[in-house]
Amino acid sequence: MARVFIPSLLRSFTGGSAEVEANGATVRELIEDLEARYPGIRQRLLEGSHLRPNISVAVDGEVSPLGLLETVSPTSEVHFLAAIKGGMAPSMGSLSPSSAP
Amino acid sequence: MQKKMHVTATINGEVQEFLCEPRQSLLECLRDILHLTGTKEGCNDGNCGSCTVLMDGRLVTSCLVLGPEASGAEIVTVEGLARGRELHPLQKAFLEQAALQCGVCTPGFLVAAKALLDREPQPSEQRIRWWLANNLCRCTGYDKIVRAVQQAAAELAATQGGMNRL
Amino acid sequence: MSTQSYQVIGTRPIRHDGVDKVTGRALYGADIQMAGLLHGAILRSPHAHARIRSINTSKAEALAGVKAVVTAADFPPTGDRIVDLGEGETPLSYIRGNILASGKVLYRGHAVAAVAATSPHIAAEAASLIEVEYEPLPCVLTAPEAMRPGAPLLHEDLKTKEFGQQTDRVSNIAEHFRHSLGDLEKGFAEADIVLEREFHTATVHQGYIEPHNATALWNNDGRLLIWCSTQGAFVVRDTTACILDLPVSQVKVTPMEIGGGFGGKIPVYLEPVAALLSKKTGRPVKIVMSRKEVFEGTGPTPGSFIRIKIGAKRDGRFTAAQADLAYEAGAYPGAMVGAGAMTVFAAYDIPNVTIDGYDVVVNKPSTAAYRAPGATNAAFATETVVDEIAEHLGLDPLDLRLKNAAKEGTRRADGLKYRRIGCVEVLEAMKAHPHYRAPLEGANRGRGVAIGYWFNAGLPSSCTISVNADGSVTLVEGSTDIGGTRTSVAMQAAEVLGIPAGSVHPVVVDTDSVGFTAVTGGSRTTFATGWAAYEAAQDVLRQMKERAAKLWGLEPSAVRFEGGHFRASGHEISFAELAARLAETGGPVVGRATVNPRGVGGSFAGCIVDVEVDPETGKTSILRFTSIQDAGRAIHPSYVEGQMQGGSVQGIGWALNEEYFMGPDGEMRNSSLLDYRMPTALDLPMIDTQIVEVPNPGHPFGVRGVGEANIVPPPAAIANAIYRAVGVRMRRLPMSPPNLMQELWKKS
Repeated sequence: MARVFIPSLLRSFTGGSAEVEANGATVRELIEDLEARYPGIRQRLLEGSHLRPNISVAVDGEVSPLGLLETVSPTSEVHFLAAIKGGMAPSMGSLSPSSAP
Repeated sequence: MQKKMHVTATINGEVQEFLCEPRQSLLECLRDILHLTGTKEGCNDGNCGSCTVLMDGRLVTSCLVLGPEASGAEIVTVEGLARGRELHPLQKAFLEQAALQCGVCTPGFLVAAKALLDREPQPSEQRIRWWLANNLCRCTGYDKIVRAVQQAAAELAATQGGMNRL
Repeated sequence: MSTQSYQVIGTRPIRHDGVDKVTGRALYGADIQMAGLLHGAILRSPHAHARIRSINTSKAEALAGVKAVVTAADFPPTGDRIVDLGEGETPLSYIRGNILASGKVLYRGHAVAAVAATSPHIAAEAASLIEVEYEPLPCVLTAPEAMRPGAPLLHEDLKTKEFGQQTDRVSNIAEHFRHSLGDLEKGFAEADIVLEREFHTATVHQGYIEPHNATALWNNDGRLLIWCSTQGAFVVRDTTACILDLPVSQVKVTPMEIGGGFGGKIPVYLEPVAALLSKKTGRPVKIVMSRKEVFEGTGPTPGSFIRIKIGAKRDGRFTAAQADLAYEAGAYPGAMVGAGAMTVFAAYDIPNVTIDGYDVVVNKPSTAAYRAPGATNAAFATETVVDEIAEHLGLDPLDLRLKNAAKEGTRRADGLKYRRIGCVEVLEAMKAHPHYRAPLEGANRGRGVAIGYWFNAGLPSSCTISVNADGSVTLVEGSTDIGGTRTSVAMQAAEVLGIPAGSVHPVVVDTDSVGFTAVTGGSRTTFATGWAAYEAAQDVLRQMKERAAKLWGLEPSAVRFEGGHFRASGHEISFAELAARLAETGGPVVGRATVNPRGVGGSFAGCIVDVEVDPETGKTSILRFTSIQDAGRAIHPSYVEGQMQGGSVQGIGWALNEEYFMGPDGEMRNSSLLDYRMPTALDLPMIDTQIVEVPNPGHPFGVRGVGEANIVPPPAAIANAIYRAVGVRMRRLPMSPPNLMQELWKKS
């Protein structure tokens, strides 16, 4: 199972744990598995079927340009990061030139 | 609309005539009327040096000179530094020393540095820094600009007649 | 990789666009001339915070020569939605509201209306004839003030977000987030020394010499054509299309030469306004900002309030660290505090860390990125506390840093683990540098050191390479060239193709002519666009091998390329010779690539500075300065040095003089280049550089990107040097003569 690092402000969902395990071949599946284990957490990460604005996901130490579609392996480390506008790097995973919604 | 004035001036060695409004600066005349856009505007109040040109051998910020004041004057802009296809030693040195990044301050620095070397062929580093303190560059930290001026000074000294260049 | 020898990489060719830039021929945005061109001017708010009661444009419209006036009411009603336009996701209403205010003005200099006229003078006169009735409101100008309960609210509907959750707290705090690692209390309990300090840094501007400009032509076929000065033509295209409710294909943006950006030319200010004016008049409209408009109306970088607490064992090992960062976003959310939080302790391996970040709106211009945005503020705080710990423990400041230095595998507080980084290598290079051991004698003199970090960015880049019959190639890219990147990108293609840098002709083109390319920013161009050039060149080689195989009647797999020649058993042909035979072997060869690279490698930069303080005036002079940075691989060392020198000097300006000097009414009192005091040649010594190369394993040539980290350490290093010179710890930027005198007087 992948190691998921829970941001400080979401640890109320995981009983205070900073690090949990979850299954999934992609980040999207991983979030579904997290939701099954920690109900309510999905809604803090997703807005509809997209990652929330200003949240990006890093798999194995690198902020993913693919976001929810990123592949996750059983040995992966997954982080959800606050990607505050500005400064390029923290938001580098979420560039989609003319993204809806 | 103000009535336009007729101005005759020698610009980069050629006599030019143009019409301008009395409120137009020499910078506007060079750029908008004569299409010599090598001279840049960075502040329009004489503090950045991007619009530096030579007026009768004297360095001026052309944003602070009115167009009609150029009547009868000899103006040299960055476009007047090269001789035909041959770059001025300062232009060559700026390229070789990588003394420009964005390049927008470069015309002003080149004209100012030329005025310095015309007067003082072998300036010290401190003298170069003092002379160029009217020109702001935000990209380079000035290091490579100072070195380029030093290189051009050395080349001009090594060239016979270098001191007599325009 | 480091043992590989290169033919082109690491050399110093003359930049491709150099001659145009030293002869005055290079065309910048303001140089555009065209038939029927009108000139625009913007009317800006005289209040820092006010409700707009009414706007009356009739007098302006009546002035001879005026062709059109626009206000926010002329924007199409697109409603609000979240858009990502290159720097993270933002509500469209914020972007639009900053371009032309509607309802309220949120800072002095906020654009309210615009005019197009037959000359810039008439346009300016007409703008002054627009009558706006304001209801002034109280303003807040600093983060601590704006965070106080009961502070005047900029956005009455702004509720603080906490990691994806909208709280019900209405305030000027747009977002609060926290990173935590380990057990902070336990960490501080283990410490033998704990220092806690507070810091304030002033708002500063990027200070590019070329003011913002844009020319727009809403053509008769319905297409919108834009020429402008921008770090990212595609960002301008997408933003303008969003705001004007156009499909992106209806907008073509041509990036002109750009006279500096440093992050400040990523946001869009003028293009949609010029477009609206062109739509109304049917003529091209050019708008060029004045310097005052640049200061008052475009993104400076955030001022900040920072609290740092670090605990260490007697031997110097850090046990815990805590930071509170409150950054001023300006009028709309989006301070660089996320990046500040990710860099504040980035140089160190600390087991127990908590970092709280606050994105706070204030009545100042909406902030923009500025070279490693957010990191310089944070490093000023951390690196001066680290210096103080070294002093208390009697340790060499570089030894203390080395003892705690982050390395491959170190986990940062935001959770990410470092891959190969050059923190230790940079610190060791600083320690070994002759400057560090050189004697420094004389009264009121001191030496300081500091280190800083920037992640750098990847993001998409596209590139095509066409092979010419003379053996040269034309390289088409979409990255505006601010500091020589045409050449650093071209050199990577040249290296692959085995041809000289001068045989690659790089061109930066409009948004119709190349695939999507993200901004020139985040130190990404040499890394990512260079990578696209590398891949496109590989594509060229693959096709050329097929041609060689055809000539020789072999399978393509039998052909290899080495030392600039295609070879197979018994056959050999140079790149140029084969280029001349493309017509007979099947026609032109064009290589192409798009990348959205992973493998971004962050860069550490350190500096050593000697200062002398005049105790009578408080003026600090820089006697000697050395910048040391990990470039990964220096493609063109002269331009790497140039980035290091330029970033260092911007850091020196930030440290010693630069600030938005604000009146209580929110008016910037020093909005000229005379009073906003950027360093001149006379203020500085030569800036020595040493390039460290710890290749980035994530890039084909090991490139990390060098544009930013160099600005991060100078303010802290100068503060540390000032302490050694005159014995006062400066915790406020700038360390200008009045601020330094206050500390000296307190001491005596």
